[in-house]
Amino acid sequence: MSAATLPNATLPKEPEVTEDLAREHGIKPDEYERLLRIVGRTPTFTELGIYSVMWSEHCSYKSSRVWLKQFPTTAPWVICGPGENAGVIDIGDGQAAIFKMESHNHPSYIEPFQGAATGVGGILRDVFTMGARPIANLNALRFGDPSHPKTRQLIAGVVAGIGHYGNCVGVPTVGGETNFHKAYNGNCLVNAMTVGLAPADRIFYSKAAGVGNPVVYVGSKTGRDGIHGATMSSAEFSEDTEEKRPTVQVGDPFTEKLLIEACLELMATDAIVSIQDMGAAGLTSSSVEMAGKGGLGIELILDDVPQRETGMTPYEIMLSESQERMLMILKPGREAEARAIFEKWDLDFAVIGRLTDTGRFVIKMHGRTWCDLQLAPLFDEAPLYRRPTEETPKKAPLPEGVAVSAGVSAKDALLKLIGCPDLASKRWIWEQYDSQVMADTRFMSGQADAAVVRVHGTRKGLALTSDVTPRYCHADPYEGGKQAVAEAWRNVTAVGALPLAITDNMNFGNPEKPRIMGQFADCVRGMAEACRALDFPVVSGNVSLYNETNGEAILPTPTVGGVGLIQDAATAVGLGFKAPGEAILLIGETKGHLGQSLWLREILGREDGPPPPVDLAVERRNGDFLRGLIADGSVTASHDLSDGGLLVAVAEMAMASGIGADLSGLGGADAGVLFGEDQGRYVLTVPAAQADAVLARAKAAGVPGARLGTTGGSELTGPGGMLISVQELRRANEAWLPAYMAGALPG
Amino acid sequence: MKSAVIVFPGSNCDRDIAVALEKASGRKPHMVFHKDTELPDVDVIAVPGGFSYGDYLRCGAMAAHSPIMRVVKERADKGVRVMGICNGFQILTEAGLLPGALIRNKTLKYVCRTVGLRVESTESAYTAKYAAGQTIRIPVGHGEGNYVADDATLDRLEGEGLVAFRYVNHDGAPDAEGNPNGAARDIAGIFNKGRTVLGMMPHPERAFEPLHGNTDGRAFFDGLVEALT
Repeated sequence: MSAATLPNATLPKEPEVTEDLAREHGIKPDEYERLLRIVGRTPTFTELGIYSVMWSEHCSYKSSRVWLKQFPTTAPWVICGPGENAGVIDIGDGQAAIFKMESHNHPSYIEPFQGAATGVGGILRDVFTMGARPIANLNALRFGDPSHPKTRQLIAGVVAGIGHYGNCVGVPTVGGETNFHKAYNGNCLVNAMTVGLAPADRIFYSKAAGVGNPVVYVGSKTGRDGIHGATMSSAEFSEDTEEKRPTVQVGDPFTEKLLIEACLELMATDAIVSIQDMGAAGLTSSSVEMAGKGGLGIELILDDVPQRETGMTPYEIMLSESQERMLMILKPGREAEARAIFEKWDLDFAVIGRLTDTGRFVIKMHGRTWCDLQLAPLFDEAPLYRRPTEETPKKAPLPEGVAVSAGVSAKDALLKLIGCPDLASKRWIWEQYDSQVMADTRFMSGQADAAVVRVHGTRKGLALTSDVTPRYCHADPYEGGKQAVAEAWRNVTAVGALPLAITDNMNFGNPEKPRIMGQFADCVRGMAEACRALDFPVVSGNVSLYNETNGEAILPTPTVGGVGLIQDAATAVGLGFKAPGEAILLIGETKGHLGQSLWLREILGREDGPPPPVDLAVERRNGDFLRGLIADGSVTASHDLSDGGLLVAVAEMAMASGIGADLSGLGGADAGVLFGEDQGRYVLTVPAAQADAVLARAKAAGVPGARLGTTGGSELTGPGGMLISVQELRRANEAWLPAYMAGALPG
Repeated sequence: MKSAVIVFPGSNCDRDIAVALEKASGRKPHMVFHKDTELPDVDVIAVPGGFSYGDYLRCGAMAAHSPIMRVVKERADKGVRVMGICNGFQILTEAGLLPGALIRNKTLKYVCRTVGLRVESTESAYTAKYAAGQTIRIPVGHGEGNYVADDATLDRLEGEGLVAFRYVNHDGAPDAEGNPNGAARDIAGIFNKGRTVLGMMPHPERAFEPLHGNTDGRAFFDGLVEALT
């Protein structure tokens, strides 16, 4: 229906805007005053909606931005750092890897299946928007205590949702992590990462250019789903969380798959000026960001937006978070060519506006103007907060003698640890993900410390991992922040790849509480220091705050997605023992640190003490040494020491291969040696004849090294006469999750 | 050997199978779009895995009625080799080129893992390079791989030696442990009467080269090339 014929009576009626209405939109009174000052009048309802999403924590990073500046974001191999849809690094031969991790925590708690599915869809779009074909997905999941009544249902829904989306679009899900802690009872975390591949000289950015150029909408139609998702994600949960289900979007991976193919086909031409996906805050944030970056104005005619439902108002269209939509600026006169591609893939294509030189954001529909705002303030005058911080008190050291007081044998402790929720096999999860589509997967979950995917058509491989130890971050945010980065670096190193860059996904509680803001600030400080020391810059990221329910915050969880490069994917090293009779070596120094260890928690029921400190110089020396060994072809298996320490690491290497190990030479080692979580360490195997030479080489490099034992047999023989068959280890490791999900265990 | 790979909207193993066909035969396959109504002259047509048309109806039901499938059926009737892998198997049953149907996995969950398969018949271009009764390891990745047919059909398939592959456990015996989806009589793949049309849930193209950590699928493609060149 054209505007001219629409009777006045059927025009959408907009409510009157007041400070109360603004507050309902998440705009605080002082922010509303700032808004009035900028706009110079009372905004319309549509304008209020637009301001509320653009100034939400989710879109504006208003609490986090001042801290994030500490991150190193450049390196000779960084093509594009934070600020675009995803980060871009040079991987040689004219190729670039493009990647980012993003949270979908709030939606996944409210509606796990669709929340997680659309999390995957959103991060895929961030990556292919920049011209990359997505080649791998990872996900980092955190759930509440298994005994909490919601946990089982959240796991089932989130895993099915991730699988549903990733499997259908045909991008392999190759890695990730899953942890449990009661602090996540009211807020699960779903952090999804996508890695893509593009020609280094064909990267697409979001900055609009060219007054008069057409603004083009492609993909799915717009419906009423997801309205105010960004605002919802910027607030704490309370009793009425369930009522927020309508703010969760619904995903359609089939359309996403078509959108990938159509966008990449159009990107092979030179018709596109700039492109941006419609993610959080949909059409509003995509159009404001594109025009804002280009210093231009934009005028949209909403009558031309493809709509799934009738009677949608301008407010609803601008705030919808319907999925699988993209906005792009085309070069003049290229519309027909672009339209043909999208029609071939049966996708909507519509010119919905033009770029202007007015600097204004103008929204028209039914022949009327519903929004006429100066654009720049929406984009760059959001409130910026340096919120008060409170330092987390340092944890007292563990009392002397903790290790001997346990009275639990090494065997019993090991079986309990590898069967506990955090360390139990996650096979039940990753078998629901297609990890092999695209036929370039070298290593996936469970086979190596980092997933390795070949760069299609080359010998090169990308090593991918996601890491953070939230209990460390909670005990000491600074050390925990360092450790998260160091562990990602270590996991990439353990397969033999050179770590290149990270994406971060900062999940925290309510930043208005000084204790939480202090966690954030110190985690960032620790991460930034580690990134600098390890030449591992941050190229993209996402912040998710307000992960609290009824005042209870999650553990500080700055998830790190690490990416590295190995020149020949076939030479990457897995974690399973390769052959019997090989020497098992330990690289790195063991002090027996048990503070915040899993052993302490699972065996003694204590969550105290300081986390293990990370010496970044040592970290680097040990890791560089291992990478050199792998490059020389000496290493047959390698595994970093993390949760559960030495004995758990060796058990994992045995379980992955079916080959046992003799560690009886360790003698009467105590819990600190067997289960301590000292950092910067790796277990590796080398052919027995090379062991002495490798250890001599370590000594010369200033790297602590020791022989732990020998691979072989079908049992793990440990200190003090410990004897466990690999079969028994596997049973203990594989049992928990399937039994729990089947409802056979209370948790 | 000249080959074609059909590309439906939502196909996602089209590139993978094309790479394997090209590496095995030395010739680039023709990629044929679902809206096309003509097929080049080829020796084998691959209907690849994926989620054709989103599989929002029944898996493969929409694809079976796409324009290109009319031509594929004509060629199959003339004896041209047609292989459907995963979603391709589902499409071939929906198109009536193979009997039976593939329903939701017994677990009601998608499953991606490497399974044991026993080669039940070597009397085909697809399986000629394997030994009869040989156990191979090939990955599966599907949510609807549970093969069903009425008893008479199953008896006929078995009686006429038209079962191509059967799921087996670690000891090489067919049983529930080795069967990832609940398929009737542990059937992983079947032939048509002339053994020119093959449908199978496992993905031999995912066990093709050393990078995959398993090359048991290589002989599948080498056999085809040998038979059709």
